[in-house]
Amino acid sequence: MNSLDFSIVVQAWPYLWSGLLFSLALTAVAFVVGLVLGTCLALVQHFELPVIGRLVRGYVALMRSIPLILVLFWFFFLVPIVLGHLSGNGRPVPIGATWTAFITFGLFEAAYYSEIIRVGLRAVNRGQFEACQALALSTFDTYRSVILPQVLRVASPIILSQTIILFQDTSLVYVLSLTDLLGAASKLAQLNGRLVEMYLVIAVVYLAISSAASQCVASLRKRYAIAGR
Amino acid sequence: MFAVLLEQTADGQRYIDWLVSGLGWTLALAFFGWWIAFAVGVVVGIGRTVQNRAVAALARLYVEIFRNIPVLVQMFLWYFVLPELLPTALGNAIKQIPPPWGSFFPALVCLGLYTAARIAEQVRAGIEALPKGQVEAASALGLSGYLTYRHVIVPQALRLIIPSLTSEVMGIYKNTSVALTIGLMELTAQARQISEATFQTFTAFGAATLVYLALALIAYQGMALIDRAVRIPGTGRAENAVEPTATRVAQQVGSLPDAMEVVK
Repeated sequence: MNSLDFSIVVQAWPYLWSGLLFSLALTAVAFVVGLVLGTCLALVQHFELPVIGRLVRGYVALMRSIPLILVLFWFFFLVPIVLGHLSGNGRPVPIGATWTAFITFGLFEAAYYSEIIRVGLRAVNRGQFEACQALALSTFDTYRSVILPQVLRVASPIILSQTIILFQDTSLVYVLSLTDLLGAASKLAQLNGRLVEMYLVIAVVYLAISSAASQCVASLRKRYAIAGR
Repeated sequence: MFAVLLEQTADGQRYIDWLVSGLGWTLALAFFGWWIAFAVGVVVGIGRTVQNRAVAALARLYVEIFRNIPVLVQMFLWYFVLPELLPTALGNAIKQIPPPWGSFFPALVCLGLYTAARIAEQVRAGIEALPKGQVEAASALGLSGYLTYRHVIVPQALRLIIPSLTSEVMGIYKNTSVALTIGLMELTAQARQISEATFQTFTAFGAATLVYLALALIAYQGMALIDRAVRIPGTGRAENAVEPTATRVAQQVGSLPDAMEVVK
């Protein structure tokens, strides 16, 4: 057993920090894209639209059944081809691993968020819809001003817990050789051979961030629960 | 489309044999990992609910640590870091375990203990969901703390959480793919290897995706079967019975946490 030398981590910190920023940026983008898209997917299923409703159900079930790593590989391969078709000349458009990661996480998380929101939509009391009708609100206004705010509020602790899992899952972009927090640590570890210190330190960083975030979610859940629910 | 899977590989097998061998590792990891996770998870979950403060704190520490570090980082800790931290002789012995076992065992321990933390939370939620009268009745009957847990609390709590354990079962088989980062040639790794050898990426990933879908279906149906088999008569969610709308809505609200514990 070699003696541990954490001074190496102090030198490496700027690089690790840039990796952490990438992890956080990926989390933030996937959160926004996933939540917006996930809400749309949930609404499509909720309205039970003919063909497209089934397609969306299939998409969500598929995303939830296969590992994220396989999804990353799929998108790394598929996105350039799809973009090539969209751009018209049919030739694959190489977009690089970074864009792949952002697109994949956004689309992948949408499936998970949509499931949370779909369950939330089903839980809304029917009286709410009837009251909106009585007030002659349009369907759009009903959902925008009455239904969705309630759903998001009820589901927000679960959405936030899911986002903490998302933050941890961003470490999987390691398989695309990206420089997120884990990627930065592993690249440095290969250079200086100090992998014990590197991996221990980033484990502590992940632990601190996720566990602080969980504590916040727990206290939010207590404070903002809708009275009587 | 899948014809390429039957072609010969460089090592004299067929590509489909690579997939089958990958599936074998995936299943072995998921199956044995599950029993580690279940055993440790139930013990830790019970630990979180007992009166003894020290035990409860230890159980909570376990859950905090194993739930809040990404599974990939935990994989690296078991595979790269642990042998360095152990005494040199033991560490070297671990490093000399021949492949693929040298990757398999760290992955097994990692997935088992990671999933255990998630199961522990479900077990705790199940125990806390039981009516207080159960414990009171048990102590009125003169059952000791151990016997109360053994015969009253745990059997009921475990039945209660079977639906939410389904997502943990699906989680552990999906997380087996993380083992490819430490060199275990499981299903996803084999799919990638086939795609690199044949350039038939669609076929390779498509086949793996179908296998994962089938596994998800089996896990889902299997857990539903277990749920029905062990349900206490009269306590089931009577899906076919006529029930007032109010209870149905209440159930749907109650089913929210299921969606929460999603794993990738």
